[in-house]
Amino acid sequence: MKTFFLNFIMASAMLMLTFNSEAQQAAKSKAPQAGKPAIEAVSATPVFTGTGTDWFISIKDAPFPGLPYTYEALEPVIDKATVEIHYDRHHRAYFNNYKKAIETSPETGEMSFYKLFGSITEFPATFRNNAGGFYNHVLYWSNMSPNGGGKPSGRLMDAIVAKFGSYEEFVKQFEDAAKTRFGSGWAWLSVDLATNELFISSTPNQDNPLMNTVERRGFPLLGIDVWEHAYYLKYQNKRPEYIQNFWNKLNWADVQARYEEYFTLVSRLK
Amino acid sequence: MNFEFPALPYAYDALEPHIDRMTMEIHHTKHHRAYFDKFVAAIQGTELENKSLNEIFAQISKASAAVRNNGGGFFNHNLFWEILGPNGGGAPVGKLAEEISKAFGSFEDFKTKFNDAAANRFGSGWAWLSVKADNSLCVCSSPNQDNPLMDVHDCQGTPIMGLDVWEHAYYLKYQNRRPDYINAFWNLVNWEKVSDNYEKALK
Repeated sequence: MKTFFLNFIMASAMLMLTFNSEAQQAAKSKAPQAGKPAIEAVSATPVFTGTGTDWFISIKDAPFPGLPYTYEALEPVIDKATVEIHYDRHHRAYFNNYKKAIETSPETGEMSFYKLFGSITEFPATFRNNAGGFYNHVLYWSNMSPNGGGKPSGRLMDAIVAKFGSYEEFVKQFEDAAKTRFGSGWAWLSVDLATNELFISSTPNQDNPLMNTVERRGFPLLGIDVWEHAYYLKYQNKRPEYIQNFWNKLNWADVQARYEEYFTLVSRLK
Repeated sequence: MNFEFPALPYAYDALEPHIDRMTMEIHHTKHHRAYFDKFVAAIQGTELENKSLNEIFAQISKASAAVRNNGGGFFNHNLFWEILGPNGGGAPVGKLAEEISKAFGSFEDFKTKFNDAAANRFGSGWAWLSVKADNSLCVCSSPNQDNPLMDVHDCQGTPIMGLDVWEHAYYLKYQNRRPDYINAFWNLVNWEKVSDNYEKALK
């Protein structure tokens, strides 16, 4: 247990380092504490790294987070123009659109993302599409780093090998999920909310494994965007090349931190 | 096997500046071609091999995802290339023009309705003008490579005009600005061909 907490603290610290603003880090300590209503703890200049209890705040209070690196930082895997348009246009539009949707469905504003996604079919499609799009892209940017690549380690690696047989087999299954998602969507590595097991899935459009629309609900650790807008300027019809290159920018420290985090949050996710 | 991959009925740069040469070339030789090849592979040696696309689509809910996605992608792009043209634009005339006014109020109202269908289709898909079984006109949209001939579609009919709103149809030139692409589309519509499709679709 001691090792677990140590790992978690170290992973969280590593994760914080990927977000460069000191002000962000200072305010991060004001993030909502487990067990308290999330809304009380939202600070005037909210910080949002998409980790820990960030997603428990009311959806009306979530800010549009900064990109944790420059637009060209993911070259040559993802080109500067793609990152800029993807972050500043697509991602921002999802954010603006779900905020606008709250005006016509004010009851949603106080909900957390987890609560909203868990009952997403009860709300207008604009929440599914735009709150989903907002959440998914926060995860996506955080899942990548200019210094990415390599392999996972520690408890996550153990769980991957236990579940998929080997790291290579996991990579193959994840790539298959990403390649065979027809049309726009995402492929995911998640922790099953019922069994705590790792699993791979894909979802259409801006759905994600937290939504009550999926066959198997999970806490997403890793997501790859396979909408054409994620890769078309550089790769055009060659989606498999984008997927293969993605591993070179994958921020395993972030994925590992999310895996550790799951076990501290799990009781509040269900 | 009675299916053929069609040549583009004009040059790759013929739709400039509304749709750029590179988009047309990749769209036709890569995307459309891949749908055709995968469709043929999916039906080869099966009972679908000697059926028409209309027959296949009428029972698509019983077919595999490969047939639905690739058969749809094959047919939809055939129609798309046909109803575009370097000398397109303007407005329809004759019976189709009258029916559009009758069904939607005016040509402008029809365009607004079609634009909304195309802009509001979330993710990849198509917007359609179709003729329903009772010969009335209808505007709708479908996800991915579905179309109004498929038995899974919620507004079934014979499509006489389609607009591809997959990002691959416009991303190189328009990026996130799908509405600009939709507006540009009206400069390319070959109304003679759409009218011809309309006449053939009437029962």
